[in-house]
Amino acid sequence: MNSNIPKWVDIGLIPGLNLLIAFALAGIGVLVVGESPYRALTILLQGALGSSYGIGYTLFYATSFVFTGLAVAVAAHAGHFNIGGEGQAGVGGIGVALICLSFLGDSHWLLVFPIAVLAAVAFGVAWAFVPAYLQARRGSHIVITTIMFNFIAAALLVYLLVNVLKVEGTLAPESRRFGEGARIPQMNEVGSWFGLQLASTPWNISFFVAVAACVFTWLLIWKSKLGYEMRAFGASAEAAVYAGISPFKITMVAMTISGAMAGMMALNTVMGESQRLILDAVQGAGFVGIAVALMGRSHPVGIFLAAVLFGILFQGGAELAFEMPAINRDLIVMIQGLVILFTGALENMIRWPISSFFDFRATAKEAAQ
Amino acid sequence: MEAESEKAWHHDAEPALKLKGISKSFGPVKANVDIDLSVAKGAIHGIVGENGAGKSTLMSILYGFYKADKGEIFIDGKQIEIPDSNTAIAAGIGMVFQHFKLVENFTVLENIILGVESGGLLAPSLDQARKTLAELADEYELQVDPEAKIEDLSVGAQQRLEILKALYRKANILILDEPTGVLTPTEADHLFRILRNLKEQGKSIILITHKLREIMDATDTVSVMRRGEMTDTVATKDTSPEGLAELMVGRKVLLKVDKAPANPGKNILSVRNLNVTDGQGVARLKGIDLDIRAGEILGIAGVADNGQSELLQVLGGMRTAEGTIALNGKEIDLSLGDQGRSRRQIGISHVPEDRHRMGMIMSFSAWENSVFGYHNEPEYSRPLGLANQIAIQNTSRNEFERYDIRPRNIDLTATFFSGGNQQKVVIAREVERNPDLLLIGQPTRGVDIGAIEFIHKQIVKLRDQGKAILLVSVELEEILSLSDRVAVMFEGTISGERVTSETDVNDLGLLMAGMGEATT
Amino acid sequence: MSFELIIQLTDSTIRLTTPLLLACLAGMYSERSGVFDIGLEGKMLAGAFGAAAVAAVTGSAWIGLMAGMGVSVFFAIIHGFAAITLRANQIISGVAVNVLAAGMSAFIGQNWFKMGGQTPQLSGSGRFNEISLPLAETLSGVPVLGAIYSDLISGHNILTYAAFVAVPLSAWVLFKTRYGLRLRAVGENPGAVDTAGISVERQRFSAVLICGVLCGMAGAYLSLGTSAAGFVRDMTAGKGYIALAALIFAKWTPKGALLACMLFGFLEAIGNKYQSITIFDLFVVPVQFMQALPYILTVVILAGFVGKAVPPKSGGVPYIKER
Repeated sequence: MNSNIPKWVDIGLIPGLNLLIAFALAGIGVLVVGESPYRALTILLQGALGSSYGIGYTLFYATSFVFTGLAVAVAAHAGHFNIGGEGQAGVGGIGVALICLSFLGDSHWLLVFPIAVLAAVAFGVAWAFVPAYLQARRGSHIVITTIMFNFIAAALLVYLLVNVLKVEGTLAPESRRFGEGARIPQMNEVGSWFGLQLASTPWNISFFVAVAACVFTWLLIWKSKLGYEMRAFGASAEAAVYAGISPFKITMVAMTISGAMAGMMALNTVMGESQRLILDAVQGAGFVGIAVALMGRSHPVGIFLAAVLFGILFQGGAELAFEMPAINRDLIVMIQGLVILFTGALENMIRWPISSFFDFRATAKEAAQ
Repeated sequence: MEAESEKAWHHDAEPALKLKGISKSFGPVKANVDIDLSVAKGAIHGIVGENGAGKSTLMSILYGFYKADKGEIFIDGKQIEIPDSNTAIAAGIGMVFQHFKLVENFTVLENIILGVESGGLLAPSLDQARKTLAELADEYELQVDPEAKIEDLSVGAQQRLEILKALYRKANILILDEPTGVLTPTEADHLFRILRNLKEQGKSIILITHKLREIMDATDTVSVMRRGEMTDTVATKDTSPEGLAELMVGRKVLLKVDKAPANPGKNILSVRNLNVTDGQGVARLKGIDLDIRAGEILGIAGVADNGQSELLQVLGGMRTAEGTIALNGKEIDLSLGDQGRSRRQIGISHVPEDRHRMGMIMSFSAWENSVFGYHNEPEYSRPLGLANQIAIQNTSRNEFERYDIRPRNIDLTATFFSGGNQQKVVIAREVERNPDLLLIGQPTRGVDIGAIEFIHKQIVKLRDQGKAILLVSVELEEILSLSDRVAVMFEGTISGERVTSETDVNDLGLLMAGMGEATT
Repeated sequence: MSFELIIQLTDSTIRLTTPLLLACLAGMYSERSGVFDIGLEGKMLAGAFGAAAVAAVTGSAWIGLMAGMGVSVFFAIIHGFAAITLRANQIISGVAVNVLAAGMSAFIGQNWFKMGGQTPQLSGSGRFNEISLPLAETLSGVPVLGAIYSDLISGHNILTYAAFVAVPLSAWVLFKTRYGLRLRAVGENPGAVDTAGISVERQRFSAVLICGVLCGMAGAYLSLGTSAAGFVRDMTAGKGYIALAALIFAKWTPKGALLACMLFGFLEAIGNKYQSITIFDLFVVPVQFMQALPYILTVVILAGFVGKAVPPKSGGVPYIKER
């Protein structure tokens, strides 16, 4: 947007400063409840990165956030705000669960996992498809429709868990446990194949799928013709039409990929962790994805780093809540809000002064010549 | 004799508006440099200048949008500060913007009172406005239905409403920014009658335009702006269009393009009974017939928004239509949308009217823009849907050399380039495809004079290579100097067609107003 | 269906409509001015918490209400600062408000009252109690009309009356006053407002502040005016989004807001009363479908299958003066 800002400032300094402000405010919050922010930070980092156990959980959370962050980013490149990651991931979970609960659940994970990936993708796409179609053909604002679809998904999930999938004789709205064949290896098992000793955590092989999704997104957005068309359409719909790019196609394709990314998040939680379909399998990761995409500037590398950061916050935050009674996990939600606020909504508060500084410098340089 | 000199003296002593040493910079850009201006009472004062000469900035300062970095403003001899539009309005300054500032779903009256309501409740304000409006309408021949919704008014009526808005706010100095851009010559004449009327009543009028003809016809005095400076102020009767053009550009300008007579070959494009209806069900093109032959430039003249854009869009594959279009004798299916790519493949290149909104992606690098629309061609493709970025960059680098695009750096974002260089990127891209038919809309809009000459030469060169060219421009001068034949569009029809050498501005002006005979 | 049941359902509808209506009108002011607000939910939640917390400490519902509005206005200012002053993406800003409000209210609540994010139970003057209109007791015996008067019209708390009065009041403000004219104009064509010498920023900010006040009232109703009698985590439970849906349904008009919110309130009342509804012994409509119905209806409306909802023309677009 602004021409005189060097790239390192744009992708490094500005998000860094915004993050710093968000954390400083969170630190004040910690101070207010009578704890030491420094100690809180130490516990948080220690809890998240200080042990194989902590790192495992951190990367488990990060895996979810990579998926939902990519979902937001892919749509954003095509000019759409997919706020429906929550719903798409939830419905993706239904897809995963249906596969795992079927006869396939008693076979072998090498067979079940690829099919579950396809199911997660198909169900996530299905949930993104209607809002995409309504946007592309009827001009219904995709932000509103995806929000609505989040709630419809929630209602659908409750219905299925209460009326269809609930184990008879129990009260908990959750499905039965998947068969042993539907259990995907956790990273400690993968590590043991290579002689590595890792603590047992839910960090599982979906992580590899997440990394592959990052690479795929990078190739798609920056190296492929389709990505070129998506970015062109996202920047100017009219120009895209001029260039022979179909708005309908791009909207549908972008939301399909976006929905697929969100849907795959369910692999991590439903198949990798809970091993059954539960009500709250998404745990707000859809909204964390917005923060992750904003912080990561919709670039896969940035998204990966931002997802790990949020993984640290979630895991370290849990430890923190354990160690400091005055602090609970809501602090992490608050930090998440602050990050969205400062890296997204209030970004210009930092960007404008910095950009006028560089404008000023450019002017001065020009004058000197 | 004595009375007259006294009147003249009065004029000189207390101009309605006087500016002294107004300067304004935006970062490194000096938009206004030490501007002096004096506008007499009861005079029509023209301000001409190229795009980016600083006219709009100066008027924005007058209207309180910007604060000048330095300088003084005097109204009726009294120095004032104008920190906001409110102050400007209170000081008797009224502004008619190029893009009207009307609330579309409001009535005329609601638009009139917006900002000058008499109290917290609307009803009394509306009653008062209704009465005043009737008086103003009588006084200045400005009839507008007070209860009409804006979206139902014609463009001319909307403009009259803008003038009424200013008069309702008791404006004594009326500024009009490019007021005729959207008007037919008849409507423009109507406007100038109104302006002369206002002048008779003692109002001062500032007319900003880049159309030298209007300056010559309507103004008493004229100031010329160039690169943020006010280069000269002269009495209109003492100058000529050529003289003004020279002042605008700072050197002698060729208003005519050097070109040999056309040598048309076989028919390249034929359009028959082309009809387009927009989303609201309004007919935009009605039974258009056209032919363009190889080695020929067909100019499409007309006031903006009379169907020219739709014609380009249909030919360029951007929208569907009914009727037949054949290129080299082969018919094109017009029922399909999003055909930009297939049009390019059959040999139609398209330089769109608005390069910012259509021709380029402003956030893309120059090299990415160098293949925009051609990005799916095999030479730019690699397996698995990937793009061959090396090939694209080579193409871009090549075009930068051949078209002398500066700065010579294909990695820069499009926004970095000047209007002329941006247009060169687009023209290079489209011309280098070696098309059979080149569609080119407003080729020199927002382009500096130097680039205009270059672009005009490119168009003529392409013609001389035996290509067919469809040129759409709202600049009659450009149409007349480039085209071999001219077709004029009016309300979605071709109101007349002429051989360029056998027509002139007056003839075309009548056709543009839909008043020529409908023979072709 | 018996008359009693109708009265009961309608009464329940009115109660459930109240917070939706306040939030929906809040959104109307903001969006009519050209500032989209998906942060109604967050402001309501923050307002509910602020109201309950202060009411619990002071024992006064009125001071609680003021606090609730204050907290909500604080978030409105954040949104306004981002969306208007900094020209940020209004959707992102709204999301930030929602997430931040959810986190902050629970975080502060936990540390303040140590009750797992809840506030202490409110009673007496700490709540908004039901108001018995004059003669309600006396007239309750009169058939039909008496019941309607004493059970439906009488017996609500002050915020419910305020919400329903706010509808004609908003219609009057919007269409009959100078403020309303400018508000509508700034959402349609801010350029026209700006050149008329009116500050676009100030006009939009005022609307965003009104939005904050009304969201605060909506939140305070939830924590001080319902049987919850205090703040519970996530107590808005998507009501802010339903209000947003209602606003689209209402096509951004006060009268429409009333009808849409009553419809959605009614659906919720039915959902609360029945676990499932059997239609002609053929279909069983599960309660979850009833809960999802407002969202489904909104999607249908948005798709333009039943009357097109056209938002204010300049909604969601930051205003930049042209050079």
